Amino acid sequence: MNLVNIFVKAIFIENMIFAYFLGMCSYLAVSKTVKTAVGLGAAVIFVLGVTVPVNYLLENYVLKQGALSWLGAGFAEIDLSFLSFIMFIAVVAAIVQLVEMVVEKFAPALYGALGIFLPLIAVNCSILGGALFMQERQYSTIAEASSFALGSGVGWFLAIVAIAAIREKIRYSDVPAPLRGLGITFIITGLMGIAFMAFMGIKI
Amino acid sequence: MSTETAAPAKPADGLFSKKNRKLITDPLNDNNPITVQVLGICSALAITVKLENALVMSASVMAVLIAGNMIISALRNLIPGRIRIIAQLVIAAGLVTLVDIILKAYVYDVSKQVGVYVGLIITNCILMGRFEAYAMGNKPIPSAMDAIGNSLGYAWILVAVAFFRELFGNGSLMGLRIIPESFYAMNGGGYFNNNMMILPPMALVIVGIIIWIQRARNTKLIEQA
Repeated sequence: MNLVNIFVKAIFIENMIFAYFLGMCSYLAVSKTVKTAVGLGAAVIFVLGVTVPVNYLLENYVLKQGALSWLGAGFAEIDLSFLSFIMFIAVVAAIVQLVEMVVEKFAPALYGALGIFLPLIAVNCSILGGALFMQERQYSTIAEASSFALGSGVGWFLAIVAIAAIREKIRYSDVPAPLRGLGITFIITGLMGIAFMAFMGIKI
Repeated sequence: MSTETAAPAKPADGLFSKKNRKLITDPLNDNNPITVQVLGICSALAITVKLENALVMSASVMAVLIAGNMIISALRNLIPGRIRIIAQLVIAAGLVTLVDIILKAYVYDVSKQVGVYVGLIITNCILMGRFEAYAMGNKPIPSAMDAIGNSLGYAWILVAVAFFRELFGNGSLMGLRIIPESFYAMNGGGYFNNNMMILPPMALVIVGIIIWIQRARNTKLIEQA
């Protein structure tokens, strides 16, 4: 039950875009059409779902104070948490590169659909943000960390598909010229964020 | 006779030659990292509730960007093309770790509030964008100029957004009270803080309005429909 709670909370209440502004750069750049938005959103769900559990293991068995105690009593005092930024981003970049190569080799059709987005994802703030939130909130099991990761990914997916759909429609509206494109997208995102705040009072 | 006074500095090589000045002034308006290049929005919006946080964040980004741009530019011929993104990220991560430790040591309160967003400077698109677009192809000194310009462009948007959010949301600036206590309704006045301003979505709307004003004045930035 707890897993479902974390999942739903990550999608709606702690939405990566509307509550934390993570992954805004690619959210704004790749949301011109619904088709590409779906591709990028799916890639984000996938990469978050893979990297957060890996970083969870890294955090709990290597970096945290006392995490190295499985190596022997002498290692119990070591605290490597100052290395966490470097380790997390290296893991993210390496996994993204690896996923790109594997997908290219074994699933060329999927690569055609997702390929161009994968390098973009290494620098998507929501991926590293997922790892850092995982560290800050200290989930107790790897299952909780994974469900948080998948929930955040789905939340990001929903957000980018929704804004892409609105942007496709807004092309037919008469937006003031200086506001066209980027400006109106910012304001729409703000309004959607206010709408998403309706979920905030919910306690699960 | 002294020979020192005779030779005028060659304009192309001076530290503040026209070309270098352009590198600094361009990102302030025509090529602003936030409103035109759409880089570095993620961390920019979340920490603008207070002016102080915005200033700390801008200073951190500036330090990381200048150092990173110079390091990448010095190493640009040594980094292999295929793994350059990992190399850039690791350099950025190392610098950000330093900044994080320094912030924790000297301004602990701010560091607590800015929290996870300092770590996210690593994936701040301004860093990767400038590393890729400028530092990988230019010498260290112009790269440093480019970094200064872009981080100033980033800083002024941050400060502008934080100014309005703190002033209208909290009635103060840098923690100092601007709107007097006696104006407030509970003390007999008729004034209320606009609590909307504290909420995260308003940051987006304010940036949207800044973009609107900027493009209305600078019409060549208007996007074709």
